[in-house]
Amino acid sequence: MADLRNNFVGIKSPNPFWLASAPPTDKAYNVERAFKAGWGGVVWKTLGSEGPPVVNVNGPRYGAIWGADRRLLGLNNIELITDRPLQVNLQEMKQVKMNWPDRALIASIMVPCVEEEWKAILPLVEETGADGIELNFGCPHGMSERGMGAAVGQVPEYIEMVVRWCKQYTRMPVITKLTPNITDIRRPARAAKAGGTDAVSLINTINSIVSVDLDTFAPSPTVDGKGTHGGYCGPAVKPIALNMVAEIARDPETYGLPISGIGGVTTWRDAAEFLALGAGNVQVCTAAMTYGFKIVQEMITGLSDWMDSKGHKTLDDISGRAVPNVTDWKYLNLNYISKAHIDQDACIKCGRCHIACEDTSHQAITDMVNGVRQFEVKEEECVGCNLCVNVCPVENCITMVPLAAGTIDQRTGKPVDPNYANWTTHPNNPTAVQAAE
Amino acid sequence: MGRLSPGITSGRLSDADYEANFADLHPRLDKHEALVASDRCYFCHDAPCMTACPTSIDIPMFIRQISTGNAIGAAHTIFDQNILGGMCARVCPTETLCEQACVRNTAEHRPVEIGRLQRYATDVAIEQNVQFYERAAPTGKSVAVVGAGPAGLAAAHRLAMHGHAVTVFEAKEKSGGLNEYGIATYKATDNIAQREVDYVLSIGGITVKHGQKLGRDFSLADLAARHDAVFLGIGLAGVNGLNVEGENLSGCTDAVEFIEGLRQAKNKADVAIGRSVVVLGGGMTAIDAAVQAKLLGAEEVTIAYRRGKENMNASPFEQDLAASKGVTIRHWLQPKRVLGDGSKVTGIELEYTALTSAGLAGTGETVTLRADQVLKAIGQSFEADGLGGLEIKGGRVVIDAEGRTSMPKVWAGGDCVKLGEDLTVTSVAQGRDAAMSIHRALA
Repeated sequence: MADLRNNFVGIKSPNPFWLASAPPTDKAYNVERAFKAGWGGVVWKTLGSEGPPVVNVNGPRYGAIWGADRRLLGLNNIELITDRPLQVNLQEMKQVKMNWPDRALIASIMVPCVEEEWKAILPLVEETGADGIELNFGCPHGMSERGMGAAVGQVPEYIEMVVRWCKQYTRMPVITKLTPNITDIRRPARAAKAGGTDAVSLINTINSIVSVDLDTFAPSPTVDGKGTHGGYCGPAVKPIALNMVAEIARDPETYGLPISGIGGVTTWRDAAEFLALGAGNVQVCTAAMTYGFKIVQEMITGLSDWMDSKGHKTLDDISGRAVPNVTDWKYLNLNYISKAHIDQDACIKCGRCHIACEDTSHQAITDMVNGVRQFEVKEEECVGCNLCVNVCPVENCITMVPLAAGTIDQRTGKPVDPNYANWTTHPNNPTAVQAAE
Repeated sequence: MGRLSPGITSGRLSDADYEANFADLHPRLDKHEALVASDRCYFCHDAPCMTACPTSIDIPMFIRQISTGNAIGAAHTIFDQNILGGMCARVCPTETLCEQACVRNTAEHRPVEIGRLQRYATDVAIEQNVQFYERAAPTGKSVAVVGAGPAGLAAAHRLAMHGHAVTVFEAKEKSGGLNEYGIATYKATDNIAQREVDYVLSIGGITVKHGQKLGRDFSLADLAARHDAVFLGIGLAGVNGLNVEGENLSGCTDAVEFIEGLRQAKNKADVAIGRSVVVLGGGMTAIDAAVQAKLLGAEEVTIAYRRGKENMNASPFEQDLAASKGVTIRHWLQPKRVLGDGSKVTGIELEYTALTSAGLAGTGETVTLRADQVLKAIGQSFEADGLGGLEIKGGRVVIDAEGRTSMPKVWAGGDCVKLGEDLTVTSVAQGRDAAMSIHRALA
């Protein structure tokens, strides 16, 4: 059995699956249920300053997009940070941590960008026995209009400043949660590191309007005829999150900075991908909000079974393993050539590969062979783009097969060059450098 | 009166039983079910289902329209190719047409429910009476259509669409042909056949004259003289005879007649049925008759077919349906003699058959089944008067690829031209295509 125990910046949990700061971690009732279901940790829903709590809208807070069979693919929300009194949250956090000493309990915090505010709240949080804090610099709606959340996360100087305060006023590990609503995710990550953060977590939700009600001509979720942009999350955002995690993981300036991966983790496979791209653990929200807390059991068993099958014993065996394989386009091997191959036994003859290739790509797949409906790759036209693989409804029916060095590429008529060669040295590149002899 | 009353009698069941037995075989999908079902369509390129449809409905397109919440648009797509798409959705043997071709069968052995999705969309449009077609400006041309069945209606609609004045001559009291008179009751509930006729005729420019029989009230030559073109969709009016002893005993009748009587009966409790019923034949009519005999309360119903299961024209789905209703299907048996007490049927003697080098032959061995009713479903035959010199071959009107007959100005389609196929949907395709040929000829 693989060892799933997780040690993230000194915070220990029995598995790497934490619930992200969000409605599922709003209060003791939910968190107790989550721990009973098996979650390794929770990031408690974001706390604000002492005083009258924020208020939420009393109409719909969520919108969604769906795939086939109304499978939820993307969720957006306009809910704010906790709308419960600070003291109630702190008391409950303390009790829950006492009840579940082996689980990670992190406090998410968002207070105004004023040193005194941070100085005031940190001791209160520390007193609960929380294992660490997460700075909410990501919330893209509502709070950002008040100069908090993403309004801070979009200004690296502010990030560095606040992180520095936190490191100064608490002994707890500091995790800086980043907003994806910026141009280059490396800048805020570098700023967090400069401020002394112990880790970053990302991504927070993405600015979004999920849909427009075509009867009322208002964005949804619609509150009394109006809508506003909300934070987008769920399976649809995973690719964006993976890229941003990888960007930080491979940035020489932040290399080695612990990362808690967030964004569309729905299955063990998603989690393993985040870990491979450099995350030390993952945080989950939408999957739990869609299916309930029990899904963590699929994630735990799936990750464990996969690790067993591959001989990975601990999370360290997989964390960051894909990072060296993330590179810039210009370093990709232009002499690598692959061709689509269609398994005729698996093919159901829907023809989508053909029409996708014919209409939108390289006219490299037949729809008829000797008068019979048959889909075959025309190697002399195939550029190996992989579109057919992506549109095929049958898994592994179409695969990309690399051409061995020396074989003739039917498209170019030239033999496959065994040597690695990329754009930086390509003759068509006006700025090409001479390959070293 | 009662369930086990001997002889042919009505009221074997309670009112509730009749109602349940003759309810919709496949209730219409509701919107949620339709969305779930439509999600399974892959939107294939050059979709095999579409190729398999005799009317070439753009099935991936209409299913995609359903999936995006546009049932009305889906109906439009269907009606563009098949104006009788509502009835076809109910009576098409989809399992041997579009659904057999569905690529989902290859990997999952479970096709997209194309027939039920088609019914969903067409029902919505017919119920809301959304009309998609307007008549073109009148052309001043007049076309006679003989027969208001699927072929005739499809032709009439397409001709009206192009601005021709259409007069339909129908021998029976109602339009619809076999949709109205020849389809099992549980496949055409809520008077759908007539509602569909009304929907089709709403385009305008079509006059239907009922009680007008070819050969009795007019001849083909009359029509050709009075109109610019004639379309014959006269179906098969005759039924094949058994030609065995006892055929004329009381209780030995045509299945077509039985099905028609049942369809037209306001109250199914009034329809008499035997306690023991034997149905002769192996096609859809045999199944429709046998299943409905059972649903009317017959204690035992047996289909006797002279060849094997694989030779039956009734689809496997229909055979299974019959079995599920308690009908016994026996193969390799041909009628030898209908037995009676001098006036009424009491049983039937059947002879076993086998394939020999000379073809199907009786083996000499016989079996006798008790029966107080024998229903003959051994095929319909071409029977028409007043056709003049129209070329008939093998009991069918001869046509070319466009539906033109041997006589100038005369086209034909539907069961009266077909050999070996008796599908509503092919009749619709032939009526529609003949109408286009007529339109081109009149241009």
